[in-house]
Amino acid sequence: MNTRVAIVGGGPAGIRAAERLVEHGLSPILLDEAPRIGGRIYQQLPEVRGFRRDGKALYGFEAGKAEDLHAAFARIQPQLDYRPGTTVFDIASDRLITLGDGRREEIAYDRLILATGAMDRIMPLPGWTLPGVFALGGAQIALKHQGCAIGHSVVFLGSGPLLYLAAYQYAKAGVNVAAVLTTAPWLGLGANLLGMAAQAKTAAKGAYYVAKLLSWRIPVIGSVRPARIMGRDSVEGLEVLVDGRLRQFDCDAVALGYGLKSESQLAELAGAQFVFDRAQNQWLPEIDDHGRAVGRDGLYLAGDGAGIQGADAAELRGRIAAGALLQDLGIALKDAGDFGTLKRWHRFRVALEQAMPFPSHLAADLPDASILCRCENITAGEVRAAADQGLREINRVKAATRLGMGRCQGRICGIAGAEVLAAKLGVSVDSVGRLRAQPPVKPVPIEALAGDAP
Amino acid sequence: MGRGQFRRVAERERRRIAFLLDGVETEALEGDTVLIAILTTRAHLRMAEFTEAPRAGFCLMGACQDCWVASADGRSLRACTTYVAEGMAIVTRR
Ligand SMILES: Cc1cc2nc3c(=O)[nH]c(=O)nc-3n(C[C@H](O)[C@H](O)[C@H](O)COP(=O)(O)OP(=O)(O)OC[C@H]3O[C@@H](n4cnc5c(N)ncnc54)[C@H](O)[C@@H]3O)c2cc1C
Ligand code: FES
Repeated sequence: MNTRVAIVGGGPAGIRAAERLVEHGLSPILLDEAPRIGGRIYQQLPEVRGFRRDGKALYGFEAGKAEDLHAAFARIQPQLDYRPGTTVFDIASDRLITLGDGRREEIAYDRLILATGAMDRIMPLPGWTLPGVFALGGAQIALKHQGCAIGHSVVFLGSGPLLYLAAYQYAKAGVNVAAVLTTAPWLGLGANLLGMAAQAKTAAKGAYYVAKLLSWRIPVIGSVRPARIMGRDSVEGLEVLVDGRLRQFDCDAVALGYGLKSESQLAELAGAQFVFDRAQNQWLPEIDDHGRAVGRDGLYLAGDGAGIQGADAAELRGRIAAGALLQDLGIALKDAGDFGTLKRWHRFRVALEQAMPFPSHLAADLPDASILCRCENITAGEVRAAADQGLREINRVKAATRLGMGRCQGRICGIAGAEVLAAKLGVSVDSVGRLRAQPPVKPVPIEALAGDAP
Repeated sequence: MGRGQFRRVAERERRRIAFLLDGVETEALEGDTVLIAILTTRAHLRMAEFTEAPRAGFCLMGACQDCWVASADGRSLRACTTYVAEGMAIVTRR
């Protein structure tokens, strides 16, 4: 019988994995929640007449890579069982539970590659639930996918390379960028040079975006300490401390994001083990150098869903994970995986995370009244009160406060919630544990869940 | 009603379509998500449960679940991943 291979995720990692499997004679199932392939970075425009922007306008320096990836997909599509618009919301040992077009379906598999990507990593600040505050990646999606800006005058606040890229894209599209503010010292550009040299071209692009922003006379300020977002029913401005002095910026929108966090809920349901990664300051599914999940045969992880390394690395990791799967099936590989380049990406990422770290230090000073969990409106103070009652583990705090119990399953608040708890207890963030994933990983209608009853 | 939170800066040459927003005929462009269609004319999307504070979504990528609205026939819609269609009837008030 043919081995049934399923791939979740149609971004760079998932598509390159599918491509390598097809090259070796397999016909995998490819599932993606999005209506078209491309993932986050190479997301395509809606399939509607009248959208005009070309690859250069959408993807900038990366237009060639986007075109290659889309072309690779077009080549292999006849050999795939491709299911767009399909959300995988639960995983059993031998099947995926999916929802597409409002219909629940179970898809049996023998081997599974998860390439579920990443999302913004958030540290809340007072006012962050006001309309007009959006995740940094979301701000980019509005522009790229829909030709819209999240406001008329936008402040970009956070850290990481996407901060400068998105601000640059906004300014270039004619939006007023009121300021680009980062918690990273030296704008995050004073990085460990050896690490940066590992991927000099990418490092140079980052510096280019900063230089452009400065040349357009946009304030780009490092080492800021976010204070609050002002406004009653919408954003009216932002206050930060710069060198200990309060500075106000007028704006009607804020794009907020401190790097990325892996979308790893499905990996957990599929049986992956997790380890705390100090460089990335987050819990990640444990994999070997080839993307095999440690302790779970038949499961492979690729791309940013298994630790953030960026789009180019995601393509390599997709091919490498597919290679591991093929070898485990006893199929001889026709080509070698590019491990040397992948190692360089890894070194680069570690340097980047050092230069533009997640601002854990802000958790201790987040005011008690500030909302941490936007689904359930749980405040930082409620989490601290739980700690005062003797709770020292994040899942117990979840049970007591409902933090992370809402519809987003802790995707947005999980990391900051753990930081607030750890800061209150005076312990390192890994020692408070990790919010456990629960099905369904995305909300589904009750009728679709019903089939899950034992 | 005030101005929209979002501002169109590109892709404005798409077909105009009409949908009903809380009973009022409203214009959108074909290919808009429901979230974009609403936020280009309004300052927010919905009122949060419990607090009744206005919300406008957050992630725009189907992760935060802060953008659920309803269709007139009572189905829930995730505004950032659902495309608006001619004649669609959306309710943001409960
Ligand atoms: C909003 C955003 C914008 C970004 N923009 C850039 C950029 O401009 N430049 C850059 O270098 N990097 C960018 N990144 C970083 C990006 O993560 C990587 O560069 C790259 O996209 C990773 O590729 P991937 O294949 O691992 O994952 P992705 O490209 O994220 O693809 C993952 C795919 O999995 C699908 N998926 C996830 N969960 C499920 C599920 N449960 N069921 C079904 N399908 C699912 C998603 O729909 C998505 O299509 C961005 C990240 C985000 C979150
Ligand atoms: S805005 Fe986050 S899910 Fe729609």
